[in-house]
Amino acid sequence: MTISTQAPSAVQSLPTSRIGRLLDSDIWASFRRSKLTMTAAALTLIFLLAAIFAGILSPQNPFNPAELDLLNSRLPPIWEAEGQAPFLLGTDEQGRDILSAILYGLRISLLVGFLGVAFSATLGISLGLIAGYFGGLADTLIMRVADVQLTFPAILIALLIDGVVKSVLGGNLDATTILSVLVFSIGLSFWVQYARTVRGSVLVEKNKDYVAAARLIGLPAPAILIKHILPNVTGPVLVIATINLALAVITEATLSFLGTGMPETMPSLGTLIRIGNNYLFSGEWWIVAFPGIALAALVLAINLLGDWLRDALNPKLR
Amino acid sequence: MLAFIVRRIFQAIGVLLAVGIVAFSMFRFAGDPVNQIVSIDTPAAQREEVRRSLGLDDPVPIQFARYLGGAVQGDFGVSYQFRQPVSDLLAERMPATLELAFCATVFAVVFGILMGVYSGLKRDSTLAKLFQTVSLIGISLPTFLIGILLIYLFAVTLGWLPSYGRGDTVRIGWWSTGLLTWTGLLALIMPSITLGLFQMTLIMRIVRAEMMEVLRTDYIKFARARGLTTRAIHFGHALKNTLIPVITIVGLQLGSVIAFSIITETVFQWPGMGLLFVQAVQNVDIPIMAAYLMLVALIFVLINLAVDILYTVVDPRLRSTIRQPA
Repeated sequence: MTISTQAPSAVQSLPTSRIGRLLDSDIWASFRRSKLTMTAAALTLIFLLAAIFAGILSPQNPFNPAELDLLNSRLPPIWEAEGQAPFLLGTDEQGRDILSAILYGLRISLLVGFLGVAFSATLGISLGLIAGYFGGLADTLIMRVADVQLTFPAILIALLIDGVVKSVLGGNLDATTILSVLVFSIGLSFWVQYARTVRGSVLVEKNKDYVAAARLIGLPAPAILIKHILPNVTGPVLVIATINLALAVITEATLSFLGTGMPETMPSLGTLIRIGNNYLFSGEWWIVAFPGIALAALVLAINLLGDWLRDALNPKLR
Repeated sequence: MLAFIVRRIFQAIGVLLAVGIVAFSMFRFAGDPVNQIVSIDTPAAQREEVRRSLGLDDPVPIQFARYLGGAVQGDFGVSYQFRQPVSDLLAERMPATLELAFCATVFAVVFGILMGVYSGLKRDSTLAKLFQTVSLIGISLPTFLIGILLIYLFAVTLGWLPSYGRGDTVRIGWWSTGLLTWTGLLALIMPSITLGLFQMTLIMRIVRAEMMEVLRTDYIKFARARGLTTRAIHFGHALKNTLIPVITIVGLQLGSVIAFSIITETVFQWPGMGLLFVQAVQNVDIPIMAAYLMLVALIFVLINLAVDILYTVVDPRLRSTIRQPA
């Protein structure tokens, strides 16, 4: 954001550093007041760190066939009678350590989630800015498409786009391509909310004096939109992005569970649950249970953070 | 009033046309339909023959008109993987999905209202707090995890309920129903709960909020003053007024229930349209995907239209605002 580039002398009475100002803000105070939010934030942070440092934390690299030993297959968690070190949460059919698979899967799930949110936010914000600022035909066209798309649940649209893109690309796709296809289909199914919100804010902002001033000194439209209007509409966008992160993670997991997402060679949490689901009846509950718990905890933590952020940024609720 | 309805109908047709264009583009441009019909070593001349017989060398607008004309008459082309008309496949699978959606909605309405009324009346009781927690879980857990959890509990551990399929079905004309056999009913329980849980939490939250609001109004105080029994006040007067938003939600969510049955049907291997669609996506069977899209669009548009029209009929306040659109 652009706040920090302003001269600090203008706000002498307030803490001048960015962190100082954050610690002094209402948002931080409301954060400190809610134990649930703090727990959710801590949990999210742990998940993020676990995903980033998966390579160091995991006892084995679950994608390196040389490190897998079939003799270790289907071991229960370590606290059960047949459990073995170092397989804390047991192993699957191929002797893969469940904990390592979860850590690496978490990385894929969060990567798709973050990229999907970034893509849908960029698309939605751009279209919202254009629709709100220029109006006319562009506005009608963008908002009509948004209306039609809003009639359908996002998961259905993501499934359709995923299927169509794969049929266009054809043949056997490698894991990285599939990951991009997932990001693309999630991005295209969640942009509407950003576009509508941003368009609404732009309609209010564009009649204000600072926009008129920027126009008078001859700034081009893209500069006015990005440098001047965009910083003033980011609040609601941040809330949508947080809640959509949880939705994007769920959507990716669902697509992978349905067998149209990440392949077994590069599993996300959803793929792990799909694999584990096959062993539910033979008694190996740990193969599906732990990835399931990880996914549920991740989604719950992000949702709680999103709820809090929505309330904290809404001045009417303070 | 009439002008409003006519305008809404034109909007609905517009949406359907837009979806039709998307479906047609998928059908026509995502993968070459000819390749799906002929084998790899078919000579080029024969390929051209097939192309001409399918009408694929006509101008695109004519092809679009032909596709749309076929779709209106229920002809969606032939499935690549099953080599059967898509409409036959969908008609065969539709009863399973509609029965599942119906049972899920009944489950959601009955339990949602019961839990909502209870937690609205006894806000601070332990049970009400438990309901609130359950609803939070119901909203944040992915559908397929709930299904797996239910299967593990009731099919694997306890062995009470079947974990997949519809059980025995009875055919009434072209409609196959699982509602008339014992195994069919047992098989419906877990999929219905999985599919209806989200709607249940939604209805519970609405009924709870509405109950708390209605109980504060003057006519409830007046009913108390008249000496009516608590039960008559709560259920005869208060609950009745909470039901309008519930009806709206149930109506509007019906389309989502059918769309979300994709996930539930996959978890429970339920032989409905959703499972057919997922298999179509996995095998890139474009005619089925396009037809499913059009069918779901039709259901959504019809429900939205019905709800809009019912609104103006039920609530006279809306009529005056509609006359002057803002």
